[in-house]
Amino acid sequence: MNPVRAYLTQVHAVTAAEVMKLAHDPMDLVTRAVQPILWLLLFGQVMAQVHGLTNGSYLDFLSPGVLAQSVLFVAIFYGLSAIWERDLGILHRYMVSPAPRSALVIGKAIASSARGITQGIVIYACAALLGVKLSFAPANLLGVLVMVFIASALFSTFSLIIACIVKTRERFMGIGQFLTMPIFFASDAIYPIELMPPWLRAIAHFNPLTYEVDGLRALMLTVGRSHFPLTVDYGAPVMLLALLIALASRMYPRLTE
Amino acid sequence: MSKTGPVVETHALGRRFGSVVAVADLSITIAPGETFALIGPNGAGKSSLMKMLTTLLPPTAGDARVAGYDIRGEPQQVRRHIGYVPQLPSADTELTGYENMLLSARLYLLPARERRSRIAEALTLMELSDARDRAVGTYSGGMARRLEIAQSTLHRPAVLFLDEPTVGLDPNGRLAVWSHVRRLRRETGAAIVFSTHYMEEAEDLADRVALISRGRLAAVGTVAELKNAHGAASLDALFTKLTGAALSPTAVRL
Repeated sequence: MNPVRAYLTQVHAVTAAEVMKLAHDPMDLVTRAVQPILWLLLFGQVMAQVHGLTNGSYLDFLSPGVLAQSVLFVAIFYGLSAIWERDLGILHRYMVSPAPRSALVIGKAIASSARGITQGIVIYACAALLGVKLSFAPANLLGVLVMVFIASALFSTFSLIIACIVKTRERFMGIGQFLTMPIFFASDAIYPIELMPPWLRAIAHFNPLTYEVDGLRALMLTVGRSHFPLTVDYGAPVMLLALLIALASRMYPRLTE
Repeated sequence: MSKTGPVVETHALGRRFGSVVAVADLSITIAPGETFALIGPNGAGKSSLMKMLTTLLPPTAGDARVAGYDIRGEPQQVRRHIGYVPQLPSADTELTGYENMLLSARLYLLPARERRSRIAEALTLMELSDARDRAVGTYSGGMARRLEIAQSTLHRPAVLFLDEPTVGLDPNGRLAVWSHVRRLRRETGAAIVFSTHYMEEAEDLADRVALISRGRLAAVGTVAELKNAHGAASLDALFTKLTGAALSPTAVRL
């Protein structure tokens, strides 16, 4: 088997195993979809009464933010399942296999996007019912799909790195909670970046979630406009993702030592 | 890999965790096709040794070759030629037996057109064909172990490492696992390296045994050789004689 084909087979092995597990237990996907619906229905409806927060409808503004947030909240706990798999012994099986460590990391990262994409479908359905001006142009939908894919892979790989550092479930739970809030609030997910004090705005510029939301805002909505060029919205997270995958590939084997 | 050289060869292999010495100055040689038992109480260093030989744990001293490859310099080659069943249950309980096998078949790059037949063959050998489409979570402990052995031998490794393969199994489960390992040995000719603290498992199955105490090799040889040389009636007595420690304070006879 040629090396590229071999590598892809091993990536696929990991992704397929994860997707088969989701297929056996789809309830997991359903329960995770509740939170973003609540954000749109409760938070979104109330905040829409505040005038002048955004140009145009707040629900339009919020929907891409909620999609980005739900992808983040699901992916950021991915490392927990890595620790869980180590505790069970499943990870040992992966680690003694001849698959390159990067193939294992990439396989897991791709699998995490399966969850992100199902969240996206739920959020589109809910937003459509609320009258959000969604764009269904094929190019835009494809763009959203790619962005959700990149973001899921990015935050799940980041989470995997945290797992390799903290190594136990208890410590991970604490850190996971601690990380999601700053990533979420130091982004343009629920308010425009212009409303932030300068110091927070500076931090937001280093936050990949900011670029994700910005790109989603341009693509999800018929009235959408992005603050940064789309090349930056896609380019910045992709570069960070490549760096995180390289780092995670080196650190992943530490879990089974 | 050379067919004649040893399948495992360690030279003064060692591993420390901070100030704790898990394995020290350990040198052993295991021949192709040999069944070799690592014996010692819990905490003796058997698992650490096995994790080093399977490339999961980098050594802090010495070196080792497995299947002809250097565990430090050529870990990927080592992994291609070994099978490993860790002490923890390593099959995914949320997947079916077949799905677990498929995962292994892909990770070990079995040719796509052979996957189905090789998986079927391995499941038949382990007598799991009827349970192939059930979630592993519904398997008995012994069935799950046999599945893990099937997963670990699908790629026909030169050496199979089994870390305490019968811990936690009831007597029937233990007997079934070992009768299947015997069959596997007969049919594939793979060397088998297993750790245990059940003396009778070592006596019945191993060509040679290594007694390990506090990370060090206390003795190595056939059971008969060791008993004769030290005038001990049983492996338990021998272990106590050589190390001053009891091997299994609550030994349960099969």
